[in-house]
Amino acid sequence: MKRRDFFLKSAGVGLGLGAVMSLGSYKTLTAGPSAFALPDMAAVRGGEPDVMFDRAIAAMGGMEHFVKKGQKVVVKPNIGWDVPPERAATTNPLLIKRIVQHCYQAGAKEVLVFDNTCDTWTKCYKDSGIEKYVKSARGKMVPGNTEGYYQEIELARGKRLKKVKVHELVLDSDVFINVPILKSHDAAKLTISMKNLMGVIWDRRYWHRNDLNQCIADYATYSRKPDLVVVDAYNVMMKNGPRGVSKSDVVKMKAQIVTTDMVAADAAAAKIFGVDPASIRYIRLAHEMHAGNIDLSKLNISRIKI
Amino acid sequence: MNVHWLKKLRVVVSLFFLILTSLLFLDYRKMIPESLFSTVLSLQFVPSFLKFFTVLKITVFGFIVVIVLTLLFGRIYCSTICPLGVLQDVVAYISRKFKSRRKGRYHYQKAKNILRYTILGITAVALVFGSTYLLLLLDPYSNFGRIMTYFVKPLLVWVNNLFSPLLARINVYYLYPVDLKPIKAAVYIVPVIILGLVLWLSVTRGRLYCNTVCPVGAFLGLLSKFSLFKFRFDTQACTGCHLCEFSCKSSCLDVVNMTVDETRCVTCFDCLTSCKLGAMSYTTRKALKTDSVIKPVKVRESNRKMFNGDHDPGKRVFILGSLAFLAGITGISKAKEYVKNAKPTTIPEKKNFPVTPPGSLSIRHFTDYCTACSLCIDACPTDVLQPAFMQYGLAGIMQPTMDYHSGYCNYDCVRCTEVCPTGAILPLKKEAKQTVQTGLAHFVKENCVVYTDETNCGACAEHCPTKAVHMVPYKEDLVIPETNDDICIGCGACEHVCPTTPFKAIYVDGNEIHNLAEKPKEEKLENPLEKTEDFPF
Repeated sequence: MKRRDFFLKSAGVGLGLGAVMSLGSYKTLTAGPSAFALPDMAAVRGGEPDVMFDRAIAAMGGMEHFVKKGQKVVVKPNIGWDVPPERAATTNPLLIKRIVQHCYQAGAKEVLVFDNTCDTWTKCYKDSGIEKYVKSARGKMVPGNTEGYYQEIELARGKRLKKVKVHELVLDSDVFINVPILKSHDAAKLTISMKNLMGVIWDRRYWHRNDLNQCIADYATYSRKPDLVVVDAYNVMMKNGPRGVSKSDVVKMKAQIVTTDMVAADAAAAKIFGVDPASIRYIRLAHEMHAGNIDLSKLNISRIKI
Repeated sequence: MNVHWLKKLRVVVSLFFLILTSLLFLDYRKMIPESLFSTVLSLQFVPSFLKFFTVLKITVFGFIVVIVLTLLFGRIYCSTICPLGVLQDVVAYISRKFKSRRKGRYHYQKAKNILRYTILGITAVALVFGSTYLLLLLDPYSNFGRIMTYFVKPLLVWVNNLFSPLLARINVYYLYPVDLKPIKAAVYIVPVIILGLVLWLSVTRGRLYCNTVCPVGAFLGLLSKFSLFKFRFDTQACTGCHLCEFSCKSSCLDVVNMTVDETRCVTCFDCLTSCKLGAMSYTTRKALKTDSVIKPVKVRESNRKMFNGDHDPGKRVFILGSLAFLAGITGISKAKEYVKNAKPTTIPEKKNFPVTPPGSLSIRHFTDYCTACSLCIDACPTDVLQPAFMQYGLAGIMQPTMDYHSGYCNYDCVRCTEVCPTGAILPLKKEAKQTVQTGLAHFVKENCVVYTDETNCGACAEHCPTKAVHMVPYKEDLVIPETNDDICIGCGACEHVCPTTPFKAIYVDGNEIHNLAEKPKEEKLENPLEKTEDFPF
């Protein structure tokens, strides 16, 4: 996609969404589920990762609402660490597989999955189970291990982060789905969807060196936002994150958040974790920079218990 | 006796070993399972010999097999199992394709006994006194490994990196770019000299390297004197046509005197196939009762002069060069001391010792038994193992060390311990490796982002697999790293990711002798969602 096309499309989508939102107050006029009644967020509890996603995406209007025929979809899980899935340092592989399947059912031309990992990427892809599950659903694993894949973009609204190199897949694809796992984090307290995007850029050290929380919020203002955010809170690492030390760090919560707003996703996930979202500095900053909404009371949330 | 199949068998077996051994070094995508390494390399003489002492088990008997094979059949090790030997055969074979028939001929030469037995003697004496340094320099397997690691693998990766971006454009990601870590020029000195020598000698003189420089060749040559099967001239059938001599890459067939110098013969069987008259045989001693009857035939003296020429200008240069090389390296080996406080004033990271890989017990054990074949460097999935420059002193150049600027040791990985053929790195189970403390993390607060910039960072604690490095409250919202020596294993993840430049705020100082770390404590955690069935929002 050319940059001009991209801006035009973004503007179009924005106008469309604006129109839909302006009609929002009239949704009581229509009976039953319709485009107007779609929630801003679906929160699910009590199911397996794939089942919870089925329910959540249905509530959000189905995958067809996000993926159109012939589109190129990129899915960004957290595959940062070379640890087995049950340690919950990486996104649940079953959930990723389900998302890939939904994309193809909605008519996607191809579904690509990648992460710029912390540990050696080949081992992370393999040992997280994600490579195997993605391939079983006809998805394609793409490397993110060399700078050559990354293109520099400018962040007009960034305070500390003015320029950043982003993986070309994120820039090229029609649909971008962010699938973080909720877990504790040494430096940022929690890592959820905004922090997960540190895996689509090249130079993470720069962020650490230049006010990590501000950089996370800065990148959340980038115009190429995820079209869909799915927070995996099935197994949750409560301490020693983001890598974790043993299985005893993990608690089975069986929860999931699906939305389009990263700030709202992170706020809801923080509450599930038992933490006030406003106490997480990057969530607060991102809200202040209008990257999304931290105030969940302002959202139309579909709450699903299985 | 039609024994042409012997040569064919030799070629097939030698290519089998050469290809398998090469693949171990060239497997830059780490697809070969660890278990295969020890099987493929079990018959390599020097590694197996060293492993016998490091593992202290009779199960490691590859070198004994080689000795037995030699006593039975002569130096077939040199012709089939030794990758450097077979590599020379391949080079010689190709180079002879470009030579005229006359120029491609080998000729009988006198053995360079002084040179080869001097080298063997010094190597053996050094070994008795506990120095494996000459083995490191001269072991043919290790030299082959370095040629693969420093010349062939980079070429392969370069080609890979040329094609992978092109394929990515059409969404094919089967090939992916692979990092080539920069290596200090000094590390190349020995591999370049050996590669040059091997190439030059194999093109001009067949197996002269194996019969002058190589201590394994010299040793097995001595054993070959007593081998059961030997090559023999049939004095009745031989017409002195010299075809066997022309084909002999070891230059050990003296047609004039109808003798075979079995100490130099690598048992390649080329002479058997070259002889049109069946006058060359490969038989046991029993079948050679007519031995004493053989008499040199005078007529053939002139033949030898005709083919051989009597002056060789390259010879002296080569011998002088080799002796100078030998003298030089023995000088170096005296300086074998690993460096303490190499740069105490200019570098704030005060590293007293380099870090050796888990399983290597101590710097002493590791540097004593490592022949720098570089296999672990190739097998390491994180590129943390890199050839040392001066970390172990001058004599330790090329021996691998944990380079935390290049990578860090993967917590669950024991690949280097499983592939090491000498036992310089001893095999470790994953659980055992996770408590081996190869070094200790040291935090330099004054370098840390949290201290200098008053912003959160935490990259070190993020990557720490045991949480030996963890964050503690500092000011207001800030958290700062703290280290716990009891559970630190020295993997270097913290040092690798620390974003400060030029000096790191956290670094690992090696343990001279590896310690045992404690296991991280585990505690039961509460599920915050357990109390309610509702959503907390």
